[in-house]
Amino acid sequence: MDARVSRRSFLATGLVAGGVLVVGFGLDGPGRPGRAVAQSIPDADRFLGKSLAPDMVDSMLAVQRDGSVTVFVGRVDVGTGARIALRQIVGEELDVAPERIAMIEGDTALTPNQGGTGGSYGVARGGVQLRRAAATARQALLEMGAQRLGRPAGDLEVADGVVRGKDGNGSVSYGELIGDRAFNLKVDAAAPMKSPDRFRFIGKSLPRPDVPEKVTGHHRYLHDLTLPGMLHARVIHPPAFGASLVSVDEASIAGIGGARVVRIQSFLAVVTEREWDAVRAARALKAQWSAGTGLGDHSKEFEAMRAAPVVRDQEIAKRGDLAALSAPPAGTRTLAATYRWPMQTHGSIGPSCSVADVRADRVTVWSSSQNVHGFQGTCARMLGVERDRVRVIYMDGAGSYGANGADDAAAEAALLSKAVGRPVRVQWSRQQEHGLDPKGPAQLLELRGAVDKDGDIAAWETQAWLPISTANLPNIPLVSLDAAGIPQTQGRATGLIYQNVDPPYAMPNLNAVVHWVADAPLRTSPLRAPGKIANTFAVESFTDEMAALARVDPLEFRLRRLSNPRGIEVLKRVAARMSWQPRPSPRPVSRGAVLTGRGLAYVHYKHEETIVAMGMEVAVERATGRIRVTRVVAAQDCGLMINPDCVQAQLEGNILQTLSRALHEEVIYDGDRVTTVDWASYPILTFPEVPKLELEVIQRLDQPPLGAGEAASTPVGAALANAVFDATGVRLRTVPFRPDRVKAALAGRS
Amino acid sequence: MAKLTLKVNGTSREFESDDPDTPLLYVLRGDLGLTGTHFGCGLAQCGACTVLVGGRAVRSCIAPASSVVGQDVVTIEGLGSPERPDPVQAAFIAEQAAQCGYCTAGMVMSARAILAQTPRPTEQQVREGLAGNLCRCGSHTRVIRAVLRAAAATPRAR
Repeated sequence: MDARVSRRSFLATGLVAGGVLVVGFGLDGPGRPGRAVAQSIPDADRFLGKSLAPDMVDSMLAVQRDGSVTVFVGRVDVGTGARIALRQIVGEELDVAPERIAMIEGDTALTPNQGGTGGSYGVARGGVQLRRAAATARQALLEMGAQRLGRPAGDLEVADGVVRGKDGNGSVSYGELIGDRAFNLKVDAAAPMKSPDRFRFIGKSLPRPDVPEKVTGHHRYLHDLTLPGMLHARVIHPPAFGASLVSVDEASIAGIGGARVVRIQSFLAVVTEREWDAVRAARALKAQWSAGTGLGDHSKEFEAMRAAPVVRDQEIAKRGDLAALSAPPAGTRTLAATYRWPMQTHGSIGPSCSVADVRADRVTVWSSSQNVHGFQGTCARMLGVERDRVRVIYMDGAGSYGANGADDAAAEAALLSKAVGRPVRVQWSRQQEHGLDPKGPAQLLELRGAVDKDGDIAAWETQAWLPISTANLPNIPLVSLDAAGIPQTQGRATGLIYQNVDPPYAMPNLNAVVHWVADAPLRTSPLRAPGKIANTFAVESFTDEMAALARVDPLEFRLRRLSNPRGIEVLKRVAARMSWQPRPSPRPVSRGAVLTGRGLAYVHYKHEETIVAMGMEVAVERATGRIRVTRVVAAQDCGLMINPDCVQAQLEGNILQTLSRALHEEVIYDGDRVTTVDWASYPILTFPEVPKLELEVIQRLDQPPLGAGEAASTPVGAALANAVFDATGVRLRTVPFRPDRVKAALAGRS
Repeated sequence: MAKLTLKVNGTSREFESDDPDTPLLYVLRGDLGLTGTHFGCGLAQCGACTVLVGGRAVRSCIAPASSVVGQDVVTIEGLGSPERPDPVQAAFIAEQAAQCGYCTAGMVMSARAILAQTPRPTEQQVREGLAGNLCRCGSHTRVIRAVLRAAAATPRAR
């Protein structure tokens, strides 16, 4: 292939108006580093060689001669609004309008390694780092301006990209002071930051720059990237877990558009010039596979977890003792309950995709991974090349909510590009994404509690059985590396799934422990708010069970045990909006065909971040067991909101995605493979089911930002279960709350 | 190789195919460079690939391109641009009705089909009309508002 494509012709096809994603492919001159970009500005590679050190101002921002600013961030915008929020932050500290700020995300050659995108830390950590860098830059500009203007820095201010005298005399632009040159400055954590009363951009719901392109089909997704000479590939994964490839009949695809088979041990793929031919060839290809090594019995998954050898116990919280449970005094009542949250998929609407271009001297991979720096290392290891020879460039994919199949597809594209000597695009099918993406693990929690004669919580115990993350695991093991016989460290990643197993309420006697078990039936990876959705489901459901046992109103029961004023405020806001009538749950159960009720739940995310209270109203159909969620009311305090509308969008998304998970979702497998491999066998929430949302987001201009991407997902399961209990008197403790399950529970009660 | 001609976004476009079953989606994206229409499932379950054929919403991932020869095909690119969005797109922008945005083109096309049939839909009609379009990010309430906003913004036909 001739890599010396016309830069102009390629840019012409990739160029999109409005400062959005532009795909460029630079000239490959002799002796020049690889120049291949897909970035938010057409000539991003002019920054190659810039600082990437996370403590340097230059690694995070640059000022051009024309006074415009470019921001470099390792954490990417996966649809959350970071693309505008981070511009607002930099614009605020530098006093430059956000539309004058370009942003380059997730490019291992251009952006600092800030760790993966996740944990609700895009703004809370990435944004705070950026704000300090911008504040440091402003100080430097003031000092440069002082020198240039011959006046003390204290007499100067910044305004709209210039340094000028506070008295209106003298002015010099940023472009004149630093344009296209490096600051060569360490980020000064003590650089003064703008006070909230002078905010121009922070706190405003500025529209996201990517939305117009996304709604007009002009936005370039990773899936839309083509390179000159690129081949399309489909990978044929083993039909049974652990099966190996015995033989392949290449003649079986002879008639299909020049399709070629690539085989590396049990890694099997077809490559073609045209995409549909790859789909056809993958379907037609005849191959013999050995029997698989087998998967466990899905119907016994939780029993197996409970019986599995415990690697170690981890004490999450301990105070007082559990005597009230082991030897309850007279008048003390005890309660025990088991909660089960099943394995679930990320469920990206667009299956994973990647394009890779592996050359003798360098490797470029385009990926929608939430951790391009992590994949840079993975790719270097798998190909046996130096890390700095690998460049991974983020492009938007479909929302991934953690680690979906993106890194698998990227590794496959790299393997194939190396094998065929051309750029290769790998696109997974729906069945591959549902079947093979690493899953959010199942979680099993057993709770015990005691309520004394005064209705106080005399003791609380949480025991959680969770699959353990492997320490220092370099990457989530990738399916096709095993198939291709490429060594990789085996192990498991799940995220910080132990958090929030302990209740947020004051009580004298508490013991919360995690029993770490060694394994899980399928590969796992972080899935939005890892672990904390299931843990909060258990803790907040059990809180409700304790309140019911004490015959106390569930709101009152919580408020009595909270002292954090911000926590009390969100609960009271929800109660006010719901016109909450104090009474114990359940309500007197009616004989009607449809039973209605209300419930609430509360979370202090990780016990130190965002606080959310959530109320729900439900209608349960007695005949069918179908739950209709009619109304969700929530109040959230995530500290400083850079862009309240983006925070609100995250709140909406957290609620609706987790309602989907609680009502419908469960990964099922037989002895060989996952059987929930499409949207019929793994249904998600649809438009007719979407409840009315009434949301309040609280602005705290003087507080640090705490993150909005995850917290509000965690109270959803319990708010729903508590509302169903209120309506029916039936306690749902196993997710998903499918109609058959609810119907059986209702029948069991009557 | 058979030569086929499609009428896409008002223009006649030729492409070659040796498989009469080639889905419209692959022709749009691969042969015609119209990548705004997205692959989501290949099973007509998610709606990400929705285009209009003769004004009706069609899942391009399963509709053979050969089956729409002679009919008007409209894709997301045929409606408007970031600078000049059509009324539905403008309403989606006003409501900021997209997160990752991967499903959005299909939503917009379905919304166009709903409004073509029912210019003043109720909220319930919008929800039912979009029942076959899946969104994982949870933008649903904004999408519903956007469709209702677009309906309200369109002058009533006399």
